[in-house]
Amino acid sequence: MTEKPLISINKLNVEFPLGRTLFGKPPMLSAVNDVSLDIMPGQFYGLVGESGSGKTTLGKAILRAVHISSGEITFDDSDVNYDVGSLAKKELKNYRKLAQLIFQDPYAALSPRMTVRDIIAEPLEVMGLTKTREETDERVRDIAEKCRLNLEHLRRFPHAFSGGQRQRISIARTLVCNPKFVVADESVAALDVSIQADILNLLQSLQDQLGLTFLFISHDLSVVAHICDHVAVMYLGTLVESAPTRKLFDNPSHPYTKALLSAIPSLDPDDRGKAQKLEGEIPSPANPPPGCKFHTRCPMAEDRCRKEVPQWRELSKDHYAACHLV
Amino acid sequence: MSLLKVKNLNLQFRTDEGLITAVENVSFEINAGEVLGLVGESGSGKSVTAKSLMQLNPSNSVYSPESSIKLELESGGVDVLSLKNPRELVVVRGGAISMIFQEPMASFAPAITIGAQMVEQLMIHTSMTKKESAALSVEMLERVGISDAGMRFHQYAFELSGGMRQRAMIAMALSTKPKVLIADEPTTALDVTIQAQVLDLMKDLVKEFGMAILFITHDLGVIAQVADRVAVMYLGSIVESGPVREVLQSPSHPYTKGLLNALPKLDALDEPLTPIPGDIPSPLERPPGCVFHTRCPEVLAEKCDSSVPQRTNVGQDHSVSCFAVDSTGKAA
Repeated sequence: MTEKPLISINKLNVEFPLGRTLFGKPPMLSAVNDVSLDIMPGQFYGLVGESGSGKTTLGKAILRAVHISSGEITFDDSDVNYDVGSLAKKELKNYRKLAQLIFQDPYAALSPRMTVRDIIAEPLEVMGLTKTREETDERVRDIAEKCRLNLEHLRRFPHAFSGGQRQRISIARTLVCNPKFVVADESVAALDVSIQADILNLLQSLQDQLGLTFLFISHDLSVVAHICDHVAVMYLGTLVESAPTRKLFDNPSHPYTKALLSAIPSLDPDDRGKAQKLEGEIPSPANPPPGCKFHTRCPMAEDRCRKEVPQWRELSKDHYAACHLV
Repeated sequence: MSLLKVKNLNLQFRTDEGLITAVENVSFEINAGEVLGLVGESGSGKSVTAKSLMQLNPSNSVYSPESSIKLELESGGVDVLSLKNPRELVVVRGGAISMIFQEPMASFAPAITIGAQMVEQLMIHTSMTKKESAALSVEMLERVGISDAGMRFHQYAFELSGGMRQRAMIAMALSTKPKVLIADEPTTALDVTIQAQVLDLMKDLVKEFGMAILFITHDLGVIAQVADRVAVMYLGSIVESGPVREVLQSPSHPYTKGLLNALPKLDALDEPLTPIPGDIPSPLERPPGCVFHTRCPEVLAEKCDSSVPQRTNVGQDHSVSCFAVDSTGKAA
């Protein structure tokens, strides 16, 4: 692809201080460690990992919702170009119109005291995108229709809606300011399967209609496999593998990706006991193991893995992994 | 001989808005050494059904007179619903039946050590001394794969990781040697790699202890991996039940089919996901007739919306409640 990436991340580090010390620097927890990735315009980019892997922090860093410790994030639309790490206050405001977030829990994300119309209209008013009430109403109705919300429901309050409908309201609010880039953080994790399928289909059709680029964060590999074009796998703050969806699922090369894939409970009762099991648990990010961070649980770990940090390298076209043994 | 027999369980909650039906005509049996999976979406009544086995539902619950829950113990049969006060219920609660919950952090008391909690319940339910109880507790913690069990015994729940907490919960539930174990979404809060470990552990323990497990989950994949038989619930009713292989590979009820079609499958990435149309109705507006008719793609006019379908057998031990299915299991 000669196309330029919309989001380009280069050696990103995000660290949080662990407590406070009177003198000197407190110990730091590295939530995102040396991550580099490119998201192409129009891509549905999946980011998977277990809890504590740093996937949410990475999503927040792209939106500048957390402080970036070092490294670079650039947002490059054909019209505008932002260096996300060093945005001034005013630029940040403009950037936020272009990069938005869909939350996980539609029960917690909507104010119970605002009508659906007000919830969806709020971003427009806050960002000053519309001049008159009529204009606001028109945009609200337009996006509500696209998100398959019943226009008569706009006057109701969120408590009257089911989980699936609430998530549609939440999506409408995210998209009302016409963003180019959307981070969907576990956006279907709180939903029942029958509704989850509906929301996934909606996200896909909205992407086609509105030309959006998504970063889809999830712990559920089968959901990611269905909706994303490209998938990156995170473990303890680092990327371990990244590839186009098909390549990753047909031909995983990192032992962690393999273990994750085989740990998904299969629908076939005859597959019992076939899964390759990982021993142990994810180590604490406050005290990560040296060398390859996965070596404590890796079935193939060698001496080298315990000492050297593996390089992030290209195995075949667009397929990257960080492992000494592949 | 079934260990636990639930027949015509009907449960309503008395609320300000009137009586709300949570469970309607639910019947099932579990044998010793068997895992029965109970699947359904949120609000389908699976947890309420499980809790009624120990009468753990709140005081505004009303059981209909024809409901019966019978437990066959070596010391004789127990009619669970006839037990009235907490002292009588000790036989069931934590005695013959133990329960593991979804969120182990919320189930352990935060300010009492894991060990003290394990010892406490052993003192109530067995005739062991404190010393014996402590020894057994440490042994159980080792048995579920917790390293340094002696040290963990003296720690608090917040000092353990999620997977370890769930293991400790299982150790605690099994230390009284219950006949029936209720596992309410025991792996939902865990990561997939840890989930796989915990499921393996539970399978081993069933073999070793020979107890019956009622396994509640919304995840059909988990059911496929642990259950022997499965019952699918929707809005308080069991719509289909049978051996797990048969139900998952040749589902008969439109809801079971819908659930399976809505599930993203790794071996069929190009197939579109088909959601079940509409939303689950509020329990306050429970549909008349078949509870699923408002969302059913195979709905029969003037039939499904007025009368309640009866259970029909479509195979050995495989039954469905649906008008659109005749006894051969094919759509009529």
